[in-house]
Amino acid sequence: MAVTLFIIRKLGGAIATMLTVSLLVFLALEVNVADVAVKVLGQFSTDAQRATWLAANGYNDPVVLRYLRWLGAFVTGDWGTSTYYRTEIASLIPGRLAASGILAGGALLVIIPVGLIAGVLAGMRPGSLLDRLVSLVSVLTTSIPDFASAVFLSAVFVFWLKWLPGASTMLSGFSISEIVLPVLVLALYSTGYLARVTRASMIDVMGTHYVRTARLKGASPTRIVLRHALRNALITPVTVIMLQFPWLLSGVIVVEVFYAYKGFGTLLYDAALNSDIYLVEACAMVSVLVVVATQILSDLAYSWLNPRVSLADAAMGRG
Amino acid sequence: MRKAILPYLANPVVVVGALLSFGWLFVAALAPWLAPYDPIKTILPLMQPGAANPAGGIFLLGTDMLGRDILSRLIYGARTVVVFATLATVTAYLVGVTLGLIAGYWRGRVDAVLSYLANVVLSFPVLVLYIVIIVVIGSSPFNIVLAVTFGSAPAIFRIVRGITMDVASRDYVAAAVTQGERAWRIMVFDVLPNATGPLAVDFCLRLGYTAITIGTLGFLGLGLPPPTPDWGTMVNEGRGMAIAFPHLVIFPCLAISSLMLGLSLLADGLREVSDAQGRRT
Repeated sequence: MAVTLFIIRKLGGAIATMLTVSLLVFLALEVNVADVAVKVLGQFSTDAQRATWLAANGYNDPVVLRYLRWLGAFVTGDWGTSTYYRTEIASLIPGRLAASGILAGGALLVIIPVGLIAGVLAGMRPGSLLDRLVSLVSVLTTSIPDFASAVFLSAVFVFWLKWLPGASTMLSGFSISEIVLPVLVLALYSTGYLARVTRASMIDVMGTHYVRTARLKGASPTRIVLRHALRNALITPVTVIMLQFPWLLSGVIVVEVFYAYKGFGTLLYDAALNSDIYLVEACAMVSVLVVVATQILSDLAYSWLNPRVSLADAAMGRG
Repeated sequence: MRKAILPYLANPVVVVGALLSFGWLFVAALAPWLAPYDPIKTILPLMQPGAANPAGGIFLLGTDMLGRDILSRLIYGARTVVVFATLATVTAYLVGVTLGLIAGYWRGRVDAVLSYLANVVLSFPVLVLYIVIIVVIGSSPFNIVLAVTFGSAPAIFRIVRGITMDVASRDYVAAAVTQGERAWRIMVFDVLPNATGPLAVDFCLRLGYTAITIGTLGFLGLGLPPPTPDWGTMVNEGRGMAIAFPHLVIFPCLAISSLMLGLSLLADGLREVSDAQGRRT
């Protein structure tokens, strides 16, 4: 019951956000009709051509009508035609999104175990050599921008050791060696960040009364960490993991462009460079949708780990 | 005053962070005196680091494909990043702090609308937001500042709003209200000073992220128009020849990473010291 209410409320919020985003995206990209004609027909089209095209495509109608028509088409899966790729956008995006999903999934496979383990080990003994090492490495990885880590890792593994290819075009089918560098670059920042958050959370929990009680009771350190501390120490990191998705989506653009990987990031990038406005609109909407969906999942995970926050409270906005 | 600064100087993290950050500030300020060559002048293309200039002197970090001295471009690039990142962060702060104070102090409908809009903007992945904005308004120094302001103001707004709501419920604010103080005076003189600690930490980090954003936009070819020396743009231009000439891309990457490292160490250290002070009092 509470779960259903919670999900309904969250979905309502998500739909409201998506509607506002759609309005913003539409206003930003399509309110200036003359601009749309130039972007779709190219700079060298004549005024007469533009006028004919605008009239034929209903661009002379009032803005409100155009927005509603655009929104209706969007919701029913008609995302228009890409002026750069010359194909239906709706058939273009799923494959590219899946390709980026592989990168993001691979990155999460690195981020979650490495970040959590490093963070827990460092937070168990603050001030120890291991803790200092983890802190130092995580400050470093969170300070290097994606494009710079791509350059550094490529310098080592491509130019110097010559172990890995420097491009991930996947021209001759899917290849594991081509995906290693993009995944590593993508994972680097978030791993360090997750380790920092987990460490801080672990230190907090290790200082609580119930952990002290467990220690006084004579429980072994392993038992204290595994049975008592871990579940509570993981609440914040799990939310942080879910909230890494928007960050990964940004990172995906840089990494895919650097390694010429054909995913969602390069799609949006090509769309932007070629003023392919319909494709930009669709990509923007899809990326916000991904973010909003992960936010709902993160709320669910949070309340599952932390029963003190009941879903009913969260649903009423009291959580 | 000296007592307030001393614990910061005793913290090694703060000192290293400040040295790195202020080092780049120093480089930016003194660029014309530090740079050995004109950053946009063609001399000799694709010289390796340390190669001698036939006209005298050496190219310490080599030259790029257009024959421009990389060290000089890095030094002037510091100027670009310092000026634009600071400008963009400060404008974002002006907007975020003002709206945050208003929403946190007045609450009600104003707060509901502003918070909702902040949420909407924050549900864009940052880079997607910047790319859409740059597609719409084009890439110019002013537009980049505008895009960053739009993108980071909501996060600042949230921090300030939270602190304001907390502080506004305290007795001394109620006292000020009873005294008939004007609302804006209360916000600026009673509420805002309480937010300086967290905001100082956030400012360092955000300044770094803005520098990274400007660099990333440059790397994507959507940044400041050439020939402005810009670290991200240098990486973008050198990318194609990086296998044969890694120096084209490695030095600008080291530059931006060291700047960001300085700022995040500074933020970490500031947080550590202010936490320790908070525990003592």
